[in-house]
Amino acid sequence: MKVKYLKLEKAEGPLIIMDGVKEAVYGELVDIQVSKKEHRTGKVVQIDKGRVIIQVFQGSSGISLNDVSVSFSGKPMEIPMTNEILGRVFSGTAKPMDGAGEIYSTKNYNINGRPMNPVARLYPRNYIHTGISSIDGLMTLIRGQKLPIFSGDGLPHNQLAAQIVRQARISEEETSSFAVIFAAMGIKHDEADFFRKVFEEAGVMDRVVMFLNLADDPVMERVITPRCALTAAEYLAFECDMHVLVIMTDITSYCEALREISSAREEVPSRKGYPGYLYSDLASLYERAGMLKGSEGSITQIAILTMPNDDITHPVPDLTGYITEGQIVLSRSLYQMGIYPPINILPSLSRLMKDGIGKEYTREDHPDIANQVFSSYSKVQEVRSLAQIIGEDELSEVDRKYMEFGRQFEEKFAKQDFEEYRDINQTLEIMWELLRILPEQELTRIDPSLAKKYLRK
Amino acid sequence: MTRQGNIIYINGPVVKADHMEGFMVREMVMVGEKKLIGEVISLENDLGTVQVYEETTGLKIGEKMYGTGKPLSLKLGPGILGNIFDGIERPLSKIYDSGNRFIPEGIGLLSIDEEKYWDVEIIVKTGAKLKSGEIFARVQETTMIVHQIMVPPGVKGKVVSSAKNGSYKISDILVVLEDDNGKKFKLNMFQEWPVRKSRPNIRRMPIEKLLVTGQRIIDTFFPLAKGGTAAIPGGFGTGKTITQHQLAKWSDADIIVYIGCGERGNEMTEVLEDFPKLKDPTTGNPLMDRTVLIANTSNMPVAAREASIYTGITIAEYFRDMGYNVAVMADSTSRWAEALREISGRLEEMPAEEGYPAYLASRLAAFYERAGYFQNLNGSEGSITIIGAVSPAGGDFSEPVTKSTKRIVGTFLALDQELAHARHFPSINWLLSYSSYIPILEDWFKENVAPDMLQIRSKMMGILQEENKLMDIVKLVGEDVLPDDQRIILEIAKIIKNGYLQQNAFHAQDLYTVLPQQYQMLKVIKELYDRANNCIKKGIPLSKVKDETLFSDIVMMKYQKVEGKGKIFQEIIDRINQYYNDIEEMYKEGSIDES
Repeated sequence: MKVKYLKLEKAEGPLIIMDGVKEAVYGELVDIQVSKKEHRTGKVVQIDKGRVIIQVFQGSSGISLNDVSVSFSGKPMEIPMTNEILGRVFSGTAKPMDGAGEIYSTKNYNINGRPMNPVARLYPRNYIHTGISSIDGLMTLIRGQKLPIFSGDGLPHNQLAAQIVRQARISEEETSSFAVIFAAMGIKHDEADFFRKVFEEAGVMDRVVMFLNLADDPVMERVITPRCALTAAEYLAFECDMHVLVIMTDITSYCEALREISSAREEVPSRKGYPGYLYSDLASLYERAGMLKGSEGSITQIAILTMPNDDITHPVPDLTGYITEGQIVLSRSLYQMGIYPPINILPSLSRLMKDGIGKEYTREDHPDIANQVFSSYSKVQEVRSLAQIIGEDELSEVDRKYMEFGRQFEEKFAKQDFEEYRDINQTLEIMWELLRILPEQELTRIDPSLAKKYLRK
Repeated sequence: MTRQGNIIYINGPVVKADHMEGFMVREMVMVGEKKLIGEVISLENDLGTVQVYEETTGLKIGEKMYGTGKPLSLKLGPGILGNIFDGIERPLSKIYDSGNRFIPEGIGLLSIDEEKYWDVEIIVKTGAKLKSGEIFARVQETTMIVHQIMVPPGVKGKVVSSAKNGSYKISDILVVLEDDNGKKFKLNMFQEWPVRKSRPNIRRMPIEKLLVTGQRIIDTFFPLAKGGTAAIPGGFGTGKTITQHQLAKWSDADIIVYIGCGERGNEMTEVLEDFPKLKDPTTGNPLMDRTVLIANTSNMPVAAREASIYTGITIAEYFRDMGYNVAVMADSTSRWAEALREISGRLEEMPAEEGYPAYLASRLAAFYERAGYFQNLNGSEGSITIIGAVSPAGGDFSEPVTKSTKRIVGTFLALDQELAHARHFPSINWLLSYSSYIPILEDWFKENVAPDMLQIRSKMMGILQEENKLMDIVKLVGEDVLPDDQRIILEIAKIIKNGYLQQNAFHAQDLYTVLPQQYQMLKVIKELYDRANNCIKKGIPLSKVKDETLFSDIVMMKYQKVEGKGKIFQEIIDRINQYYNDIEEMYKEGSIDES
């Protein structure tokens, strides 16, 4: 055992500071014995000669400056990995919580991972069939993509994520190579229970790994939770060749934890008090999605974040949108109109869609028709705001058709039952049916040859 | 003398050490037992502050800091093109070949391949006097690019010996020079150059040539110039990267340096997978053959992000010196600015706006000033065009990076969230964007495209401006109440927007439009407007003037396959004339009287 240090200089919020430490290692894991029974874990975040700043995952509350024993491990945080983690439930710091015993493995993995070499990546091109029209038709999810859900408090983001998990599995040919990793950061117990129930009902519980840091768990552990989860994901995807779907919720709580640490360290804040490195930090999570040459597996990430005040320009959704490969944006007004899933298609986007749809993947008409539906639905918004001023009766004939298109789009296409599964042909057919409401010369996004084949049949 | 510092402070990429008296500011150092690459940023007494280009987790207090005696430099020579490097020119494909799917730390300072043999043609004879920058050998580096091997800046003299044509490695000595003082210089295929120092040239020349991009809204409305600068700001999802990729693919620069600075890993992979398959429209060679990628993805170390921009521009200057026109795409300069901010914060510097350091604007300006049209040391002419993407926080153009960039660049291509939501791509907002190169390029357009190209352009621009004003009214009362002479403006504006400004990057016909064709398309729209407007003035109602098939065929003309000299456009013009001649005739005879 290494040297133990028995005196702290300062303890405040998530940090403890001690002096006179020899040979501290940047980023190493620290064990803090608070009382006979209680141990806490921390990480070295700054070293200035012998003065070391340690971030304590469980917070400093209850720590006294004199009656404490700190020992340094010399290594960053590592967790053991085997494929026995499937079906298990862990705490936010990867401690087993289901009473089924410890995980033993000869190999430990650094939870921070390493950046993937862009040369080693495989560009994701294989689409995932979710059976949800708005997603399959207009923001197709690609295997290996990171596609977050931008939601608000009280919106059905959990149901949507659950529906994706349940239905995406159906089209999976080999269920044996499929796994779900669930990372909860600061969500409520009933939300975690909801997901557990969904996984059980879908019969996938033995392929799920859960990492739970719930609302009443230590805030600082939240910074660790997604890293443990993604380490597990990387292990399963790149060493066991599995297709891993990672659900991380709620990124906003994660960022708030980060902000708390940053302000305790008296760092210069950027927007809304969040640290200047929020972008790089989020990137170190999101960029762990993808596919690698030499492995059959993939990591697909669905991160859920609740936008404070439904504000998409808030730093958390804003920086996320700059890193992820698109976003699915939920709308409160659609939800209030009784539309589930309340996906607002206009700000939603899947960046990888262009390479994963069309002739070779879905159907040749998919790119053009998706483009056209986006364009027409955006025109609907203009017409609606005009109708609010002058009344629908005063609209021109074409504009009245747009109003009808908008109504039917929401009723027939966007609206879908929680249990309903639509295959890609059904989804595309509804899109054509909707476009037939509009005069043909309005459909400028559709290649004339496709219009001939599909529109007028 | 081995100079060694002793590490006493670690905070992310910022490391401090004492016993650093012998070190220089901006010297490259090896940090710790893993020999991480770093750069000294300041010295105070015996204390040195270093930024480290690799992950510092695991670094221990008391480990050593080793000096290298030279500033952070790049190796410039054959082997750069078609390759992908990290922020400090370490070859990522080589790192991958050595079995690393993830990027490890402490791999040292790798660079261009030293083992590869190149076919070299020596073009100087013994006794010849060579100046700095002069070309003494040639290597056909890729199918389309001849790599000119030049005398490094600061070196000159008489050739005392030279190798024969043949196959050599980059470190083999090709030519030996002797200067007037009898000092000998052994020249091989590469030179080393500090990244932060711009390479010398004889003089700046005026900018007068268009950088042809094949993108209609850019070439016609907001042109880029060879040697100019441009910024593409836009919130997420507005298509910055796709626009940058389009420019990298289709612009008529000789060399493309694409800097992926703090962006997605998959985007670099996409370029790596797509570019070798794409063919250059003029030569038919794979586009990758003229492309260099610098990748510091968003999860790679932040200090190397700061350096990646300089690495890219230094490589660009090296190719400029050979007489090439180089285009540098920096995606995104905001991430570079954020890297500056992060390091500045860790250095505990006093922040200015939004936490950015006070030197943000001057650093940005210094970077963009490395663009230009130059006469090189060897007398050749070359240019560097810089096109920087900007990612404003919250899509707000008043944030510091956008603001400071706007002051410097010549072309400003503002991407618009609403256009992007309507999937109108490229989502360049025609009311907010501008190009200050239009007056400079006037002669070029006259000589190379058509004398009236810019006149038609400003007419079209006028229609778009007018439409914007009218839309304010339409939003309140609807389109139907406007008089016909205003409604025709709306109709023509619709054609310009849907049929001209919008361009589908994934449609085989539409992804690229050559200049003569852009001109012809403009002419068709102008002709339509002139004739239709004339009819309206004569009192012919809009319902007759607007022929649905004719209008929609004009919108769709961009998808048509163009053969020969654009016969299809002449056919449309003929159809326009035919149609309006007919209705004018009808109304003149007074045979129809609808009023």
